[in-house]
Amino acid sequence: MPPVCENPLRSLTAANVVVVAGKGGVGKTTVTAVIARAAARSGNRVLVIELDGKPALDKLLPDHDGEELAVVHLSAPDALEEYLNDHGFRRIAKRLNRTGVIDMVGTAAPGIDDVVVLGKVKHYEKSTEYDLIVVDGPAAGHAVTFLMSATGLADAVRGGPVRSQADDVLELLAEPERCMTVLVTLPETTPVNETIETAYALEDDVGIRLGPVVVNGVDQGTELPKVGEVETALQAADLGDAVTDMLRDAAAFRRSRRSMERKAIDRLAVGLPLDQVQIRALPVAGLDADDIDALADELLVKSGS
Amino acid sequence: MTADGPVAVGSMRDVVQQSDVIVCCGSGGVGKTTTAAIIGMDAARLGRSVVVVTIDPAKRLADALGLSMGLSSAPQRIGGVGVDMGAGGEMWAMMLDTAATFDGLVRIYADDEQQIDRILSNRFYRNMAGAMSGTQEYMAAETLHALHNDNRFDLVVVDTPPSRNALDFLDAPGVLSRFLDHRVFKLAMLPTRSGLKVFGSAAQPFFKAIGRVVGSDVLADSMAFFQAFSGMETGFRERADDVVALLRAERTNFVVVASPRHDTITEAVWLAQQLGDQGVGVAAAIINRVQPSFGVIDVPTGVEVPGASRDVVSALWKNLGELQQIRRAELEALEPLVALIEPAPIALLPLLDGDIHDLDSLDQVAQHLFLERNRC
Repeated sequence: MPPVCENPLRSLTAANVVVVAGKGGVGKTTVTAVIARAAARSGNRVLVIELDGKPALDKLLPDHDGEELAVVHLSAPDALEEYLNDHGFRRIAKRLNRTGVIDMVGTAAPGIDDVVVLGKVKHYEKSTEYDLIVVDGPAAGHAVTFLMSATGLADAVRGGPVRSQADDVLELLAEPERCMTVLVTLPETTPVNETIETAYALEDDVGIRLGPVVVNGVDQGTELPKVGEVETALQAADLGDAVTDMLRDAAAFRRSRRSMERKAIDRLAVGLPLDQVQIRALPVAGLDADDIDALADELLVKSGS
Repeated sequence: MTADGPVAVGSMRDVVQQSDVIVCCGSGGVGKTTTAAIIGMDAARLGRSVVVVTIDPAKRLADALGLSMGLSSAPQRIGGVGVDMGAGGEMWAMMLDTAATFDGLVRIYADDEQQIDRILSNRFYRNMAGAMSGTQEYMAAETLHALHNDNRFDLVVVDTPPSRNALDFLDAPGVLSRFLDHRVFKLAMLPTRSGLKVFGSAAQPFFKAIGRVVGSDVLADSMAFFQAFSGMETGFRERADDVVALLRAERTNFVVVASPRHDTITEAVWLAQQLGDQGVGVAAAIINRVQPSFGVIDVPTGVEVPGASRDVVSALWKNLGELQQIRRAELEALEPLVALIEPAPIALLPLLDGDIHDLDSLDQVAQHLFLERNRC
């Protein structure tokens, strides 16, 4: 049995800044929204930061009375442009093609855009306007590259404003009370393998604190009858061949999927000594704001509030 | 949309048979690589010599293809383990190596060994070859171009990098050659009085500002790169033009890959529209991991079931009902994409009851690629 958190919400929100990370398609945005909503419901002032990609969190996290929950969208290219304008590029950028300048600076100092974004996150954290900041990780899912950006930049750049920005970011990432990562995975072999690899890379290369792993989309639907009972019951019911086959096949399919999920979850527990928080699959093709509220409430119940 | 575009409407099999190049595109995590492998397998079975280029293959896929050592950046022939390739059909697979591909281009267009060394060892160049946005897309397109001209292969299937904007793939060659041909670059080329210290007056404030932000070492690297690169812009630009021409060729087809969820379908619709606006068009759509259908009979009410079996049978009905509910929701989510790309073919590939871990399970999915509208 995988280790399960006693108070999942507390474990998931145990730092000022929580960076939610995972590969494309595992439900990072869902998990970000559920954590943020649950934290806001328990009285925290929450800021959600969405990076790049298409804005999705405004829709999933509408305003609710009595809850303090704000969503901001940060784009790396825009943040870099703003940063460069603040450092004397405004005049020059007018005469030169804007993208060219930004591409050149971004290439000369790779990771500078990520550092500028993390610098903004740090700025929000320092403001103490929020009890919790949840960051929906980078769109491409390169959590390691994103969080490593400050280390790489600090190595390449010896002084100046970018260097001090990188140093501030490194300080934030290194302090476990201020910042941690929550990795999200699906209960399947490939995502689990990649999550284990990412976790070790984050620990070794970034040194950031790892919170619990969220296993998203776990099938917790209807309980299936015991294998031995199915045939007898189907024969007794005498529903005709077509219907009998359908019922039998559907049950076998789901049983097999669930056994695969269980194996993946167990593998994760063996490969990664971290607590696990499961979020169940809903029978829909994409979650809406009501679904997020429902999952947040379930998380609150599991957390004893 | 497709009816107006250059793409002939036909079946998925027509797309595989009539393409020289197939580009699989879609958002991250939808199974582009698996889809590319399945298309490659089918093409080989039709007797074609196909090479599949993957960008960031999970180790699992390399295993599934029977490549125990993983994929390499040179094409490797896939043995027909348990799968019959058609007469004369061959399947090859390789992994994109962005930096090595870029190095190869530098070698082609540089004048001499010294220029090659100066460029390849430059830190700004290494950053550009490894990580600059657009480089990976461009090198994928470049690799595609090279393989297309390799007479071992008559079909190249490529999956696109997980970029922030999937259309980057189409734009990348132009973007990079514009970058190398940019005014910034020209400024760096202006005659200087003493090496890198003094630039022409137009460039000075610009380089001062860069130096202030990123430091003088980093600036010196970039300058050295642009100076070393001097003279190669034309070659690069011409090559980029060739690559763009291939991406837009009649027998190059784009296949949109999605999973049956509102967010990835929205992304796929947007992508299909953008490709349409670019005059490229979408030849087919493939939807991965669709909840399978177990039949079309609705759950009846009031069926008499003997007492002892009632709970078991009602649990079985409930299970079927839940799975059908998911499938209905998924099919509904697909509608906007179906409406947009019809009458181009759309294949629904089922969610399997296990992992894709070998050629047989890949093949199991592949069977569904060519069913006519397997949509029930």
